[in-house]
Amino acid sequence: MLPSYGVIGVFAIVAILFPLVALSIAWLVRPKKPTPLKKSTYECGMETFGDTWVQFRVQYYLYALVFVLFDIETVFLLPWAVVYNQLGLFALAEMLLFITLLVVGLVYAWRKGALEWL
Amino acid sequence: MAEPAVYAAFFILAAVTLGGAIAVVTARNILHSALFLALVFVSVAGLYVLLEAPFLAAVQILIYVGAIIVLILFALMLTRRITGERVRQTNAQALPAALAALALLAVLGGLVATFAWRVSTESPPPNTVPLLGEALMRTYMLPFEVAGVVLLVALVGAIILAKER
Amino acid sequence: MLDAIRNLWSLIYNLFPNLAQALAAFLRGTGLPGWGVDLLMALLSALVVVISVLLGMLGMTLMERKVMGRMQNRLGPNRVGPLGLLQPIADAIKFLIKEDIVPTNADRWVHTLAPIVAAIPAVLVYAVIPFGKGMAAADLNIGVLYILAVSSITTIGIVMAGWASNNKYSLLGGMRAAAQIISYEVPLVLSMLVAVMLAGSLSLGKIVEAQGGLLGILGWNVFRVPFGTLAFLTYMICAVAELNRTPFDLPEGESEIVTGYITEYSGLKWGLFYLGEYFNAIAVSAIATTLFLGGWQGPILPPYVWFLGKVLVIVFILIWLRSTLPRFRVDQLMGFAWKVVLPIALVNIFVTGAAITLWQAFVK
Repeated sequence: MLPSYGVIGVFAIVAILFPLVALSIAWLVRPKKPTPLKKSTYECGMETFGDTWVQFRVQYYLYALVFVLFDIETVFLLPWAVVYNQLGLFALAEMLLFITLLVVGLVYAWRKGALEWL
Repeated sequence: MAEPAVYAAFFILAAVTLGGAIAVVTARNILHSALFLALVFVSVAGLYVLLEAPFLAAVQILIYVGAIIVLILFALMLTRRITGERVRQTNAQALPAALAALALLAVLGGLVATFAWRVSTESPPPNTVPLLGEALMRTYMLPFEVAGVVLLVALVGAIILAKER
Repeated sequence: MLDAIRNLWSLIYNLFPNLAQALAAFLRGTGLPGWGVDLLMALLSALVVVISVLLGMLGMTLMERKVMGRMQNRLGPNRVGPLGLLQPIADAIKFLIKEDIVPTNADRWVHTLAPIVAAIPAVLVYAVIPFGKGMAAADLNIGVLYILAVSSITTIGIVMAGWASNNKYSLLGGMRAAAQIISYEVPLVLSMLVAVMLAGSLSLGKIVEAQGGLLGILGWNVFRVPFGTLAFLTYMICAVAELNRTPFDLPEGESEIVTGYITEYSGLKWGLFYLGEYFNAIAVSAIATTLFLGGWQGPILPPYVWFLGKVLVIVFILIWLRSTLPRFRVDQLMGFAWKVVLPIALVNIFVTGAAITLWQAFVK
């Protein structure tokens, strides 16, 4: 098993080097003439209004929260899916119970408006 | 024993883990701390691979790096101004805390080094996922369902907390 | 005579594995230690994969512009080189020579790291994809999970880009893009699980082999109605959303939010984001082919030809979607993920499970 992961490791090194090499080539080749105007923040050609921060919107956080929980659920689903062929109806019923618990959570989130954008 | 490649990989991963962990607690910018934490998670996943637990390694990256760090980053970005907020990572009790941590390290390290660990002579199974599936569905069915209940409770609780005006 | 033809055919059929074996035998013959040979072969396979995908990506950028052009009743780029074939080279040179502007007060390190963190998973995904029979660089037995885990790292790159640019629009765009990606990730996993259940393994090689079936065509997962087709559709929807392509490209929609999290990037850093997006698009097509269209399975022609053909078809479908469909609004996008696609994907899993159990009971 480990030799395959050795190949993955080599791939990872190539994957890390590839952007680095590309960026180095670009760094050698391109002009470097920063001016304050060029480095100013882009706001459709105007001066920026105020500091850079975003109005606190709890929606983003709620999506991430629900996502964490459903991600963990899918992690439980993965080994179940692999052995499903050998396990039969009992495993289906068990998983149905597990998923139902989480669907209850999803419905709760839906009703409470945690999944609305606004 | 293990081949030199495994040793080399272990030392590199351990160095990255420890260095990253130190960077998490000493970085000035809290968002940098979060990113170093992501690095620590990735190298811990590498350590899991060396222990022949690839499923756990992949799940570590999927959940920790893919979900939890995103959650942390969202929370940080929604509550801070972006430019140049410097966090003081030390306070007056830094030195006693460091000494206590070192003492803990000495105790744990001594324990680990001197305990007579039993080493298994069997080789790890080549394909762990079907075994995990069967264990989850048969032997550990009850903890599995209880985990579902815990997740539900966590979801409901978090939504209540986040939605209260 | 017939024997010679048969030998030649089997040589062509297994062209790349044969080449790899010949090379490995040659390297061993030169007296390198075993681990050296393995390392060199791994390095070579990584480089070959990366360079082929890079060429494919350049081709895809050209294909996209020309196909979109034709769909909009105009010619695509046709000035640079014959039929515009050198256009990608011109684009690549343009990326390299543009000045890199890091805005004032932006976080330099994170600004530079973000495109790298976004580009690395796009390359790493290709390590497990079987390009032909016996042609996966590393056929892990957790192949599908590996792909999911590695793709989830891109989200962090996007959030880093949004925050490091010190620009309201970048921040907003980055967070929206991240929210969109995570919303569509759960149904994505669920649709991939259907293929896993049908094959009984997370290994991509085994999933392809399980689609061997009748005549090499009818065994494909997409033809296993209704759950296979539904899983394929769900996968395509979620994958297009993950790629931030139209119709789900609100985070990058030029008229809405400037360019979202990529606004403050120029030169090769922008090029790396662009590259990451196209690498991911081809990866998504390759994964869809492997999981649902039978991978390299197919009668008569060599496996890698089938694989390439199927990937081209899916890439064409992606481009077609981009030219045809209007953009979703952000609340429609999110509502769609959680309230429509996720329930459908969950129900699909159970339908698949029930179907498998019924089939087993029937066969016994």
